[in-house]
Parts: sequence; structure tokens; C-alpha cells
Amino acid sequence: MALLSKKDTNLILDPLADNNPITIQVLGICSALAITAELKASVVMALSVIFVLGAGNVVISLMRNIIPSKIRIIVQLIVVATLVIIVDQVLKAFAYELSKTLAVFVGLIITNCIIMGRFEAFALGNGPWRSFLDGIGNALGYGVILVIVGFFRELLGSGTLFGFKVLGDPIAKTGVYSIGYENNGFMIIPPAALIVVGIIIWVQRSRNRTLIEEH
Amino acid sequence: MSDKRLTLKKRLHIIKHSLRGKKVAPAFNAFHTFLYTPDETTHNGAHVRGADDLKRTMNTVIMALIPVLLFSFFNTGYQYYAAIDAANGMPREVDLFGNFLTWENFWLGFTQVIPLVIVSYGVGLLVEFIFAVIKGHEVEEGYLVTGMLVPLIVPVDTPLWMLAVAVVFGVVIGKEVFGGTGMNILNPALTIRAFLFFAYPTWMSGDKVWVHEAVERAGTADAISGETILGSLAQNAEYSYSTADMFFGFIPGSVGETSAFLILLGGLFLVFSKIASWRIMLSAVIGALTMGLIFNGVADAGWIGESSRFYSLMSFDFWKHLIVGGLAFGIVYMATDPVTGSQTNRGKWVYGFLIGFLSVMIRVFNPAYPEGVFLAILLMNVFAPTIDHYVIRGNVRRRLKRLKTATILPKTTDGKAEQLQAETV
Repeated sequence: MALLSKKDTNLILDPLADNNPITIQVLGICSALAITAELKASVVMALSVIFVLGAGNVVISLMRNIIPSKIRIIVQLIVVATLVIIVDQVLKAFAYELSKTLAVFVGLIITNCIIMGRFEAFALGNGPWRSFLDGIGNALGYGVILVIVGFFRELLGSGTLFGFKVLGDPIAKTGVYSIGYENNGFMIIPPAALIVVGIIIWVQRSRNRTLIEEH
Repeated sequence: MSDKRLTLKKRLHIIKHSLRGKKVAPAFNAFHTFLYTPDETTHNGAHVRGADDLKRTMNTVIMALIPVLLFSFFNTGYQYYAAIDAANGMPREVDLFGNFLTWENFWLGFTQVIPLVIVSYGVGLLVEFIFAVIKGHEVEEGYLVTGMLVPLIVPVDTPLWMLAVAVVFGVVIGKEVFGGTGMNILNPALTIRAFLFFAYPTWMSGDKVWVHEAVERAGTADAISGETILGSLAQNAEYSYSTADMFFGFIPGSVGETSAFLILLGGLFLVFSKIASWRIMLSAVIGALTMGLIFNGVADAGWIGESSRFYSLMSFDFWKHLIVGGLAFGIVYMATDPVTGSQTNRGKWVYGFLIGFLSVMIRVFNPAYPEGVFLAILLMNVFAPTIDHYVIRGNVRRRLKRLKTATILPKTTDGKAEQLQAETV
């Protein structure tokens, strides 16, 4: 890729797989469990985090030389809070129903460990462009898992995808419901998300054994 | 004749050795051990307790389950025909030889229960085979008991595909991810039951699922129903079963849970063959009675009005909790699982007591489903290692104290005790 050097490409690609924030670093689990019952909510959450982390990393990176290190956490919080409020207001203005589904979890992006983690670990020590790529990469890694979990939970739990009845109508008994299939109520409750994330972690580590931690 | 068998045995042994180290070896060995005793013995496993090997332990439990299974055939049929009679305005009185132990009942129950058994074993063993081949170890006997327990703790009309999904979930998530037989934290049979309960609640509760065909007939002129006693109590409704019916098991319920009498016999058999722990069984009974007494006291003292939705369950005679629902079955066959239960004797008392105590508590307060045995046992499965940890720590502390106070030991004892303490902490 001519646009990005190899090093820069890795900033985006690494967090997607071998250094995934959820499955490898096990960060940002709370929101992954809470809002993945529907694919739509997962996608919006992923987009919100991409925006917050991408923009936040750039802002922090630009300010990195003027932030006194003693109060850097407070500065980071203010930056991320500002961005989260922007996202929250946009959602309320243009997707009110969805913002009600996501409820408090948009606000809780502030406490998402991935965001503070990238500010601390990357943006404070790198330039804006690289910080931007790193932010986008990590947020994408987070979003990919969210979308995978949301896909399976909505498909198996409600029989829909983005609200469309892809498996047929459970009440009118069309599609697969006509042969006795039923939605799995277990997939809608948050413990199922934990198990799905666990299975992703399991599959990933058995495909790439170097990822298994030694104890 | 014996010559022929010897050659077959020898031939199989030769095949076994030629397959050693290959991918199909575990699958072949599994079939081989069904036919002949293997020449090796089990070397490890958390549940090896004595001369009995794993297979014999498992088989003893299955033997204790056979009477329950046979009874379930008759009861499934009996409940079906009794429900039809009741719907036609002719409530039945049970008559053991007249209308219970009949060929008609047996055949209906047999054709309903055996598919559950086949699916449970077929799917469960298939998963075990796949994992054994992937991981390259021997097929473990761990599923033998689980496979028999599962059909006995589900409603008779559970769709087979649901059971299959639940079995895959239970064996993979409940057992294999922790490292297979002997390493699991949760009882796989109860994991399967809990999965079914949370995934498909409409098939696991209500007054339609306990009698064969009741779901299909719902809404038609031939509608039948059979509410469990606990279900009736949860709605403050009357039930029409005598105490003897409850004890001998002529009541609706999950396939094999109804007969407290046969479960008691199975339990005694397990205790005398030293397979299951009498401490867990006894303390669980004491725990259930204690909680039942507390609830009876609350109801008798008038702290709870008759209009309360908990009134019937709370005022239900405390000892009857043992003979309705799945409590007896859970205590005898599930709580005593040596892998997931407490290992220390003192811990077993605590573990069992809390199972009984929590079962009755969940039973009374669970708004959706008046049964709590499986939830109580799963919860205590999780706490069993913690209980053991504190029992062992307590034991270490007591021994150190004894070491300190012992007068015959030389003066250096104190230093030694501190050193020991440092090592054990």
C-alpha cells in the first residue's frame, strides 16, 4: 500500500487480529456484553467508539507536549467526555430510538478501558497521524468483535438481522419456524455474550498458538 | 468357542497397537473398551477414589438409575391417559396393578422416553469422540452418567433437536473447555438443563409441558394439561394428589424426577456401594428441611397473608418439599457428583446443607418457575472449591496450633511452626 508505510499499516491491522483489544487484551468487555443483543446497536456502538477513539487520539497527540503529566488523566477525561457527549447528542437528534436502546452505554464509552488505554499507551508518545491510525485500528478491532457477537446473538436469539426477519416469522410460523425451530432465549441475556466472546477467544488462540499466555 | 473369542481379542489388541499414535486411535480404543477390558489402567483423574475404576463407578450410578428410568416409562403413559380422562371429566385414582403398571402405559412412555435417551447419548458421545480425536486423548467415560441423567431431568415432550443443541452446549461449554472429564466446574447434566431452561422457557415450564402431547393439543377441544404440584402451589391453586402419590411418584413432572421412593432406593444403593457421599445427601436433606421449617414458621406466625403469592409454597408442609419436584433426584444423583462437589468431609456437610437450603428458598421465591434444585446445585458447584479451600486452611491452622501447644516437642517447635505457617500460607 503506497498510502501507508508498512509500519503504519500494522497500526491498523494488528488490533484487528493478533492484538485485539477484546479477545487478547480483554478490555472493553462490559459494553461488549451489554449492547450486543442486537446487531444494529453493535454497529452504532462500534462507529461511536471509532469516532471517539480516532478523534480523541489525535487531540491528545496534538496536546501531548503541553499536558502536565500530573494532571494528564483529567485532561484525557475531558477530551473523551467532550467527544462522547457529541456522539450522544448526535444519536439523540438523529436516531432517538437507538439511543434509547444503547441507554447509558454511550455515556459509558468514557470509562471504556480501550480508550484511556490507547491515550496513555500510544497518543501521549506519538504524532497525530500515527495516533489517528492507532485509534482507528483499535476501535475497529473492538468493533469487529462487537459485530460478530451481535450477529450471532441477534440471529440465534431473535431470528433477525438488523431487525429483518431473516429466519421467517416466529408467530406466523414461516421459514425455519415452520419445521419447529425456535429462538434461543439464552442468547438475548448478557451471559450469552460472555460465552460467545469466550468461544471467539478459544477459536482465535487455537488457530494461533503463540497467543496463548504462559502461566 | 473360547478359542474364537481369544483370537478376536488378540486381533483387536494387534489393531490397537498398530493404530497407536494415529488420529483414529481414540475412536477405536473407545469401541475396544466396550468389548474387552483394556490392558492399561487409568493413571489419573480427580475422581479416582479406590479400587473401582471410572467405568465401574459410572456403571454403578447407571444401575441406580435403571429403576427410575423404568418407572418413568409407566408414569409418562399413566399421566397421559390420566390427563385425557380428567379432561373428559373422569379423574383417575391410581391403582398400581389396575391402571398403572399396564402395557399401554409402558409402551407410550417407552416410545417417548427412549428417543430422549438415544439423542442424549448419541449427541453427547459424538461430541466426546470429536474432542478426543482433536485433542488426541482417549475417549473418556464421563458422559455415561450424564447421558442417562439428561433424559430423566427434562419434560417428556422436549423437542429432540433442542435436547441435541443443549447437549452440545453442555458438553462443550460445561466440560470440554475446562479440560474434559474430571476437570469440569459445573455438572454437565445440570448445565444442559439450565441451558434448556434459559433458552427455551416455554418448553420447560407451565402446565402443558409435563404431559405428553399437551402442547400440541392446547387450544383444541381435546386440550389436556398436567400442572406439577409446585406449579399449582405457586399459583395458590389446589392440587389433587395424595401424599402417597407424591412419595411413590404418580405425579406429573420431569421424566424421572417424580418417584421419591425409587430415588431413595437408588440413593441407598449408591451409599452402600460407597459411590455417592452420604454426607452430602444427609446434609442436603437437613438443609431443605431447615428452610422448609423456616418458611412454615413464617406462614404460621401470620407474617405473610393468605393473599400473598408465596403463601401456598411457604405453608406447604416442610417435609413434603423432599417428595415433590426434583429435589430428591437432585440430591441423590446430582449433588453427589464427585467431580463438581466438595472433596473434603467437612466441606461436604456445608455444600450439601446449602444445596438443600437454597433449593427450597429458590423454589418459593422464583417468580417464573417454582423449582430451584438445578440452580442451587450449579451455584454450589461454583462454590465447592472455595468451601474446600477454607476447610483445608482450617485444618492446617488447627494442626499448627496443636504443634505449638504440644509439650513433648523440643524447644525449637515454635520456629518450626512459623516456618510451616509461612510455607502453607
